[in-house]
Amino acid sequence: MAGSTLTIKDLHVAIEGKEILKGVNLEIKGGEIHAIMGPNGTGKSTLSSAIMGHPKYEVTSGSITLDDQNVLEMEVDERAQAGLFLAMQYPSEINGVTNADFLRSAINARRGEGNEISLMKFIRQMDKQMEFLEMDLDMAQRYLNEGFSGGEKKRNEILQLMMLEPKIAILDEIDSGLDIDALKVVSKGVNQMRGENFGCLIITHYQRLLDYITPDHVHVMMQGRVVKSGGPELAQRLEAEGYDWIKQELGIEDETVGQEA
Amino acid sequence: MTTEIKLPFDEAFVSSFSQETNEPAWFAELRLKALEQFEQLSMPKPDKTKIEKWNFTQFQQHTVKSQAYSSLAELPEEVKALVDVDASNQNLYIQRNQTPAYLKLSDELKNKGVIFTDIFTAAKEHGDILKKYYMTQATNADEHKLTALHAALVNGGVFVYIPKNVEIAEPIQAVFVQDDLEANLFNHVIVVADDNSSLTYVENYISTVEESNALANILTEVVANTNARVQYGAVDNLAKGITSYINRRGVAGRDSQIDWAIGSMNEGNTIFENTTNLLGDGSVADTKMVVVGRGEQTQNFTTKVVHFGKHTQGNILKHGVVKESATTIFNGIGLIEHGASKSDAQQTSRVLMLSEKARGDANPILLIEEDDVTAGHAASVGRVDPLQLYYLMSRGIPQSEAERLVIHGFLAPVVNQLPIEKVKTQLTEVIERKVR
Ligand SMILES: Nc1ncnc2c1ncn2[C@@H]1O[C@H](COP(=O)(O)OP(=O)(O)O)[C@@H](O)[C@H]1O
Ligand SMILES: [Mg+2]
Repeated sequence: MAGSTLTIKDLHVAIEGKEILKGVNLEIKGGEIHAIMGPNGTGKSTLSSAIMGHPKYEVTSGSITLDDQNVLEMEVDERAQAGLFLAMQYPSEINGVTNADFLRSAINARRGEGNEISLMKFIRQMDKQMEFLEMDLDMAQRYLNEGFSGGEKKRNEILQLMMLEPKIAILDEIDSGLDIDALKVVSKGVNQMRGENFGCLIITHYQRLLDYITPDHVHVMMQGRVVKSGGPELAQRLEAEGYDWIKQELGIEDETVGQEA
Repeated sequence: MTTEIKLPFDEAFVSSFSQETNEPAWFAELRLKALEQFEQLSMPKPDKTKIEKWNFTQFQQHTVKSQAYSSLAELPEEVKALVDVDASNQNLYIQRNQTPAYLKLSDELKNKGVIFTDIFTAAKEHGDILKKYYMTQATNADEHKLTALHAALVNGGVFVYIPKNVEIAEPIQAVFVQDDLEANLFNHVIVVADDNSSLTYVENYISTVEESNALANILTEVVANTNARVQYGAVDNLAKGITSYINRRGVAGRDSQIDWAIGSMNEGNTIFENTTNLLGDGSVADTKMVVVGRGEQTQNFTTKVVHFGKHTQGNILKHGVVKESATTIFNGIGLIEHGASKSDAQQTSRVLMLSEKARGDANPILLIEEDDVTAGHAASVGRVDPLQLYYLMSRGIPQSEAERLVIHGFLAPVVNQLPIEKVKTQLTEVIERKVR
């Protein structure tokens, strides 16, 4: 089988009783790169959090499936084990847990008891990927995300992506706060992962990242829904003209989720 | 106000004990005087913990006689895990209940004039030097009932003396084993680092019994003379049911430094005090502590740095995990005396509660009597952050493992500072067992 398929159907998500997502439909297949664009406050992070199982986000209706598995019935760790990955917009800092120990636990959790990765092999892999991402090798022994700069956190998310090799990855604003060099490195990491067994959903509100990672499909999110989909040319038009033309086309005055179309 | 407490051991008992053990007169007199003072003194008053109902004074046995260990191979497994059984050139004292059971001091250190021996031998053979430091500088018998009781009934301990200009790289280790239910520890440890000397001392208190209603009344005195450096590591692991009063006190001379790295893993109720008096200008105290509380136990930890000298620096870092129905109180005190200009007092206390019934408290106190100083404190009492768990789990780590990582991570910054690798590993294992 060539890759997995993540299917989101009519997804409604509420946070603290307030509905944020109002019927999202999306299908991401292995081998495909999708981009979701949209201004701030339109529900992009809510979608990624709901897929991963963030404790604060409540799915009120709709479905998320990975191949034939019901993602909504899984615990967060089970979703990851099934092949989902979320590079978070704001990764947690965890004092006292080294980056290396954390990653090794994650890899071993996936491999299962009795099949743990050897320390040597792990170190070799980690060093290799850190070098690829032009990270300081000392970062392996630093506490997880603690005191990392914005750019270091993002690279570290990509490092995890490369080490864990998920089937479907969601990258939530992996480009925000990155200078052009860091952006290139992060893109290099994602492009390295590209292949028929890897599907990816890139969330961004800039076209910039998509200059380095060419998406197959581009979606625009407003008011908690995907309001427009197209090919890479859609991203380019958004970059050139902004979002106003879409709002006009669809008669949207305020694109944030608080508003109704 | 003092309450009448009838002690199980009287003057006649104490004198005959002194005679039996051939103690020098000054030592025997100090006991008797303290016994007398006991009556008038009051109990210590740890902030935020009521100890009126705790038993610190009633017990059956003063001294338990045990077999010495003829080799390290005889040690119980738990104790073997603490020491380097195969090392040839080590400096190790093992006390079994009250019996000095094993002693090894390398020839190199002997030749340099290092003293490392049990407290009774020290009183007999190095009386002059012991007398100079024994409850004279760091502690006094008449501070309160428990120091007096300690002085009157001391039944074990060790003396470490590093002469001037001697710097020791390899650690000196003492292990105090309690393997008898009836063994009550009135243990006294003195570490003296004379001018320009340095050492690392590590001690372990370990019960091999499951549960006991014994008492521990432990006093430690560390004296760092001019420009000396003492790294002091300790792992306390006394059994459930043992009520402990543990007081570790340091006195720092000019340009000296005392570093404390303490893992408090006792299973019983514990009153713990650690104070460093920065007497000399330019002296430094660094206190790092980790605590795990569980079951029904109540523990109170007061860590204090008192700045007398100018340009002194005091750091306190304490992290505690509390689970089940346990209570852990952290009191941190930075006191800058008048005249201690350009000094800096910093402290951080953090408590992580793992259950609904666990109770934790962190009270930072800064008392500043001098203008030209800097000081700061941070304290937090909280629960495991669900977002941290979410993040870890989103990488495939199951919840139980994620919690374990967060808890270890919470304690690691302190654990990692312990000066001996073996003890660090051991403490990590103890923590592992306790927080599971
Ligand atoms: N934790 C939260 N608590 C309350 N409201 C939230 C929370 N997270 C997001 N929201 C609301 O949901 C809406 C969408 O947010 P988000 O999904 O983060 O948007 P985007 O990622 O597109 O910028 C916003 O209006 C925001 O106010
Ligand atoms: Mg967002």
